[in-house]
Amino acid sequence: MRKLTAPLSREDALSLRAGEHILLSGTVYTARDAAHLRMLDLLREGKELPIDLQGQVIYYAGPTPTSEGKPVGSIGPTTSVRMDVMTPTLLGHGLRGMIGKGGRGPVVVEAMKEHGAVYFAAVGGAAALMASCVTDLQVICWDDLGPESVKRLTLHELPLIVAIDAQGNDAFHLGQAAYLDSAEK
Amino acid sequence: MIREISASLITETIARLCVEANRNLPGDVCAALHQAAQDEPFAPARDILDLLVKNEGIARETCMPICQDTGMAVVFADVGQDVHIAGDFEAAIHEGVRRGYVDGLLRKSVVADPLRRVNTKDNTPAIIHTRLVPGDRVTLTVAPKGFGSENMSRLAMLTPAAGVQGVKDFVLETVRLAGANPCPPMVLGVGVGGDFEQVAELAKRALMIPLDEANPDPFYAELEQELLSAVNATGIGPQGFGGKTTCLGLHILARPTHIAGLPVAVNVSCHVTRHATETL
Repeated sequence: MRKLTAPLSREDALSLRAGEHILLSGTVYTARDAAHLRMLDLLREGKELPIDLQGQVIYYAGPTPTSEGKPVGSIGPTTSVRMDVMTPTLLGHGLRGMIGKGGRGPVVVEAMKEHGAVYFAAVGGAAALMASCVTDLQVICWDDLGPESVKRLTLHELPLIVAIDAQGNDAFHLGQAAYLDSAEK
Repeated sequence: MIREISASLITETIARLCVEANRNLPGDVCAALHQAAQDEPFAPARDILDLLVKNEGIARETCMPICQDTGMAVVFADVGQDVHIAGDFEAAIHEGVRRGYVDGLLRKSVVADPLRRVNTKDNTPAIIHTRLVPGDRVTLTVAPKGFGSENMSRLAMLTPAAGVQGVKDFVLETVRLAGANPCPPMVLGVGVGGDFEQVAELAKRALMIPLDEANPDPFYAELEQELLSAVNATGIGPQGFGGKTTCLGLHILARPTHIAGLPVAVNVSCHVTRHATETL
């Protein structure tokens, strides 16, 4: 299985293919609905974002609180499509990858193709298992949002599936078609 | 004879159930997940189901929440009419949720107002469904509900002419629209009949029925099987990447309705369909 380290280069993103399984290490940032709204507000006001998005990967996740002696609580992906209306703006500011669950709309896929970005799916609900792939968590900003604050995560080989690649191929469509094809035979 | 139950006992019980429900998958859901992993013919789907089985085991052994979305706390309370609650019953439930989520290190996923959106920081308030029942016992069920799946739930006021086919079409349409979003393999609760608000509650209550329990009404037992097969023929599969296992189980609860109506509600749930019950 291919191993990658975030932040990702444009070449990394362009080389990935829908359906491919990878292990992601390195640094990613969490941001969900509320943090996205705040980032878009800042951009509208012409202000700087709290993180430089260039080459970065955002994980749509809000973990459970960390218990003593552990680096992180349970941490699985949330549904990505809710972020769709806000994603193209962030892709325009250098965002290279996203981790979530479920499909994305055509506007996001087009923006991904334009900017050379990739969308990964983590296994939704497998949050206790994924916690073992996070070695460090630091709150970066917006602590008042609780589980929705922006956090920097250090990952060690988080198992992901390339759900939509930078060419716009969609592993959900491809996988479902492959299964239905095999079921007919 | 009136039996007295203290509000503090309600609080302690709710707090314990919140934690238990979030760490231990109910036996029937767990068994269905294991069975699905064995029966899934599509290799990529089997790999995902194996991960879900592994995750459930890790959560139980390490006392961590199975899923990071520890949900809104939905509480079903069946209160015996020969019980006197000493203290404020609903306040006791909210306090139990607060303690369970704060002390149990569960995620606080509730905002105080849907439009102004400030987190309450203790996961209160709970959503409480109370029924007055015969007897002198109180049965409490805590069913934490994640919103990845809740958001995919739907309700329709069909016409009588739509009939069984209309209900089937609506369930299938709901599943197709949900696709990969609600963390399939999903569990489906279907409410049919009653009125606008009752049908939604029926759908939620249908999620509490053990997956291995057949509907006592043969007509609905058959309809459940038919719908389950149809849902699993969509090919959505685990996490939406294709496969046979789209749905672990489906139950229907039906109630009398008006001559002019055919309400139907589908409450979509995920492979982490949690609930824990205790009788006091």
